[in-house]
Amino acid sequence: MDRDPDTTLSLYAHPERLVTTAWLAEHLGEPGLVVLESDEDVLLYETGHVPGALKIDWFTELNDQVTRDYVDGAGFAALMSAKGVSRDDTVVIYGDKSNWWAAYALWVFGLFGHADVRLLDGGRAAWLAEGRPTTTETPRPAPSSYPVIERDDAPIRAFKDDVLDHLGKPLVDVRSPQEYTGERTHMPDYPQEGALRGGHVPGAVSVPWARAAREDGRFRSRAELEAIYLGEQGLSPSDDVIAYCRIGERSSHTWFVLTYLLGFEHVRNYDGSWTEWGNAVRVPIVTGAEPGKAGDR
Amino acid sequence: MTVPLPEALDEIVGDFQAMPERQRLELLLEFSQDLPALPERLAAHREAMEPVVECQSPLFLLVEVEPPGASGVVRLHFDAPAEAPTTRGFAGILHAGLDGLSPAEVLAVPDDMPQRLGLATAISPLRLNGMAGMLFRIKRQVREKSGQPA
Repeated sequence: MDRDPDTTLSLYAHPERLVTTAWLAEHLGEPGLVVLESDEDVLLYETGHVPGALKIDWFTELNDQVTRDYVDGAGFAALMSAKGVSRDDTVVIYGDKSNWWAAYALWVFGLFGHADVRLLDGGRAAWLAEGRPTTTETPRPAPSSYPVIERDDAPIRAFKDDVLDHLGKPLVDVRSPQEYTGERTHMPDYPQEGALRGGHVPGAVSVPWARAAREDGRFRSRAELEAIYLGEQGLSPSDDVIAYCRIGERSSHTWFVLTYLLGFEHVRNYDGSWTEWGNAVRVPIVTGAEPGKAGDR
Repeated sequence: MTVPLPEALDEIVGDFQAMPERQRLELLLEFSQDLPALPERLAAHREAMEPVVECQSPLFLLVEVEPPGASGVVRLHFDAPAEAPTTRGFAGILHAGLDGLSPAEVLAVPDDMPQRLGLATAISPLRLNGMAGMLFRIKRQVREKSGQPA
């Protein structure tokens, strides 16, 4: 489908990766368009969703249920076929929490090279805030025959060894400042989850993911984003960048911002993120507010 | 032999287990809709409530034992936004299953109770952590407010 010509999107590096609520409302139900909702809360879709939208769940559907990995080509093909998605469909994904989980789903679609996948700017909250229609009716699409595409991780996905080789090059830690410094608030009887060690990957700068989102859940303007990532952090669109968080979901949002809104050419998401790095034996870690470098403590 | 559950909670668990996976989510949604609103006297004092950090979405919890002590009755109060139906659903189950029991009955609830709902494959074990966190904190507050040994 044609891209959303809305002028609020046209300044981004890849405006074809976003649609406005108005565009979606106008095109709902057209052949060749599939709308998917991807939320943190697994029941939110059931409380009401964009008419015609299908649910996609990052955990029960996009993750492999045994290995810590994503579904393989056959698994993705089966999932897409069951949802009636064709390889040349335009897929628009939206969700809760400023599209954090929607961006994660979009990134997984990227591992399979689905060509036309877009985010609804502002996500679920923007749609509801504008009083647009919702329904609790779940569509029953006719199954499609999505081809089995071998997953291609290398361009946009980093593994732990890739991060070790990358030390000294730009890394963006998108977690909260407290997670970045390694602070811990530990009180008796208050269980902690996640990692054995606190801190960040040496050299990583701290840019919490939500800085890229406005109050209403939409992305900040290109100028505002450039002020953060280029001006303040000194990154350049030609840099080789790896983003990470705790399990790779929040950093998908930042990956989307750097890649499609600012036009960075080589950004990878380290989905192992802190739940791997903070538990791995003998990987370098830096604590405190400064990025530091390997060998610092 | 698994530790038995209090009657009301046992019935809820039985209802979940008797359903196909898909309908378990619908039942959870019903519990989220049935979660009682926070009484006004507490709504003005949310700072007195305990945040449950294990939940993916904000949830606040307050346990009262009336009258305080081992022979009192446990009253549960939850506050979670409508945008967090899963969290509300967990709270709704615990409210329906535990509110009105004695401190000893609540403390006897096994910590693995959330695992018995048969939701692990439908919503992921990770998301069930939120419910385990709620139960854990409810029991701690009950202990504190009823003078029971830890």
